[in-house]
Formats: sequence, C-alpha cells, structure tokens
Amino acid sequence: MRTKFEEQLDQLNNMLVEMGALIETSISLATQALREQDILLAKKAIDYDQEVDQKEKDIEALCLKLLLRQHPVAKDLRLISSALKMITDMERIGDQAADIAEITIMLEKTPYIGKPEHIPQMAAATVKMVTESIDAFVKKDLGLAKSVIAHDSVVDDLFVAVKRDLMESIRSDMATGEQAMDFLMIAKYFERIGDHAENIAEWVVFSITGTHVNEG
Amino acid sequence: MDKFTLRNVELWYNDFKALKNVSMDIEAHEITAFIGPSGCGKSTLLKSLNRMNDLIEGCKITGGLMLDGEDIYGDMDINLLRKRVGMVFQKPNPFPMSIYDNIAFGPRTHGIKSKYKLDDIVEKALKDAAIWDEAKDRLKKSALSLSGGQQQRLCIARALSVSPDVLLMDEPTSALDPISTSKIEDLVSELKKEYTVVIVTHNMQQATRISDKTGFFLLGEMVEYGESEQIFSMPKDKRCEDYITGRFG
Repeated sequence: MRTKFEEQLDQLNNMLVEMGALIETSISLATQALREQDILLAKKAIDYDQEVDQKEKDIEALCLKLLLRQHPVAKDLRLISSALKMITDMERIGDQAADIAEITIMLEKTPYIGKPEHIPQMAAATVKMVTESIDAFVKKDLGLAKSVIAHDSVVDDLFVAVKRDLMESIRSDMATGEQAMDFLMIAKYFERIGDHAENIAEWVVFSITGTHVNEG
Repeated sequence: MDKFTLRNVELWYNDFKALKNVSMDIEAHEITAFIGPSGCGKSTLLKSLNRMNDLIEGCKITGGLMLDGEDIYGDMDINLLRKRVGMVFQKPNPFPMSIYDNIAFGPRTHGIKSKYKLDDIVEKALKDAAIWDEAKDRLKKSALSLSGGQQQRLCIARALSVSPDVLLMDEPTSALDPISTSKIEDLVSELKKEYTVVIVTHNMQQATRISDKTGFFLLGEMVEYGESEQIFSMPKDKRCEDYITGRFG
C-alpha cells in the first residue's frame, strides 16, 4: 500500500478545502463591504486575494510533486489533474471578489442609487455554488457536483434581473448611469464567479467519472 | 486485423491451473502489453503464443490459440511457428560468438548459405533494431563485448533476422538502465509498423508509454483488457485499478 502517497492525497484535499474556505470568506467580505460601504472590509477582501494566490501556488507545487514522484494513474491521475485545473478557477474567483471590493472602495461615500436587491441574492447563490463544488470534490459527490452545474442558471437569471433593474434606473434618471455601470460590473463579476464554480463542479464530475460533462 | 485469436485458453502445470479461461484478440501491428503481479500468468500466456511452454514437463493447454486463423497447437510446424513468432527475454542472452554470427545464426538454420544474402539480412536486422551504427565496424567482434543495452538490441535484431510476423518480449528492459530502456521503447514503437509486438512488463509507465492495448492478469485470469489509455485512466475493474494505482495488497 502507498501510505505516503495516501497521506499526500489527503494533504491535497485539505489544501483545496482551505483554498475553498479562503475564497468563500473573500466573497462574503466583498459582499458585506459592498452592502455596508465598509472600506476596511473591502480592503480585507483584497488582502485575502493574496492568500488565495499563495494557496494556488502551494497546491500547484504539491500536484507537480505528486505527478513527478508518484506517477499517478487512473483515479489518482484524474484527481490530481482535476485539482490542477480547479485551482485556476478558484484563483480567478479570488480575483473577482477583490475586483468587487475595489469597486466598493471607488464608490466610497457615494450614496447608492437604489437598493440593489438582486446583488446580495447573486452573492448568496455564488457562495453556495463555490462551497458545494468544493464539498463535492472532497466527498466525491457526483450528485452534488451536478446540482452545482444546474444552479448556474439561477445566477445567470439573477444577472439578467440586475441588468434590467439598472436599465430601469438609467431610464428614469440619466444621472445614475455611472454608478449603474459600476453595479453592472459587480453583477458581472458575480456571474463570472458562478461560471468558475460551475467549472470546478465539472472537474469534480471528470475526476469521478473520467468523462467531461459535455461528453455525457 | 487480428494476429492472434485466443478462446477459452486454460493451462496447467501438472495440477496447478496457471491460466483460466482466457479469451482475447491481439491486433496485428499493435503493441499489446500484459501486466499483473508476479505469478499471475502473463509470462505463461506469452510463452503459449510460440509454444515455449512445450518444453516444460507437465504442461497441458486447452482451448483455441490461433495465429492468423491457424491453430498454433494443431498441425503447425513448431520451427516455422517460432520463425513467425520470435521472442526476446528479460536478460540479454547473446550467443558467445561474433555479432555477425549471432544475427546470421537463425537464417543459416533456415538454410540460407549465400554470404551476400546473409550480409543483407544482418545489415537489415541490425538497422531495424537500431544498433547498426554502433555495430557496423565491429561485426566480427564478440557479441559479449557489447553493453547490456546493446546486447538486448542485438537480441532483438537476432529475433528479426528470420523475418518474423510477431515479436514476443518478456520484460525486455527490466535489466537495463534508463537510456537503454528508452532506446528499446523507441525501437519497439517503430517496430510495430512491420511487426506485431506482445510485451510483458512490470513497468506501468512503460506500458502506458508504448502499448496500444493492455491486458491485466490476476491469478491466471484476464481481469481486464482494453485500450491502454482507457486502462490507465479509467479502468473498469476495481482489482485492475487497485493494482495500477499501487493499492493492491
């Protein structure tokens, strides 16, 4: 039995869970900062992004070490190659949370044009997708991974709703246009976070089944 | 096109059943690898393909083993069978004679006497086995003066000298260093254009690198057989997965 290898695979799982926790926190902080116009929280979300980047590098190094030293095949190869792909999506999620926080900082002290009711819903929906995609990886839960993939349409629908709200706002008062653009960017970042979470879930499906979602 | 067709092959060494109900088709111009733990029957099956097991007392075989549709254990002339199905062993075993005579030995046995013909055969076999450049200036020197890796390529050249259809290889690189191993692997990949290769290996990476199809054997049974890429990325049988991922025990 390959005891050392098993330990390293456990370590890989743990590091992915840690990276998952970092990006969840990062999204939550960025969302709270946006809602409360709290600059300190926004800066904290940006700081988290550096930790996310470092974690990506650590996981990548571990994966390359495992490929080099353990010559994984079959489920081990699928797991390690999926992990390598997943962390790229996770890193992008961290970037997008930081981008949301940066817009929050730019909007400092500017009163919001209205209550962006669909944006907190988008935030909650994307955090759920990210959490569940990582859970699905760790627990090798095919059903959960597939439900994350299906959930992306909820985020996409919310993006359409936000866009509609913002267009309505501009239509009624042209002066809201600039801030509406910022909110549209934020909504787009959340929508992209949803896409990355969907990608993660698709890699989970591959690591379990050996086939990509589109290949059926 | 199938080179070998095996149907319900069973083999006994006296009371011990070494192969259990093996059925498979081995495609021409492909490299087929047999893998599995020691004692699983993979070398036994390999040797059955050119009746090397006939030399073992108490060995009995049943079922169908066909080469190009002809029954290997029927009326086939055993010397012609071994001419068509050559073999290379784990340790290089050159004859204690010159490089030239090692290669010319087989063709002479089959009645070729013309020096010009033999010269051509020796050159082609050494070229096909990718050792011509290293051996051409020392053909009269003892084969034993070659390095281990060169000796193994010489043995491959010797097997090729009688123009076989098939090359059976029983762990051909297990006694070689990485550079020699890599040369043999490249060579085997080239050889499949002209020959059919069946190789027994304990080296999973080697099977992954060079073989088109892989058969996994356990306790005399062929547990799984398929495209190597599928076997090493998504094996169907748990025992196969446990073995190739090193969790067998």
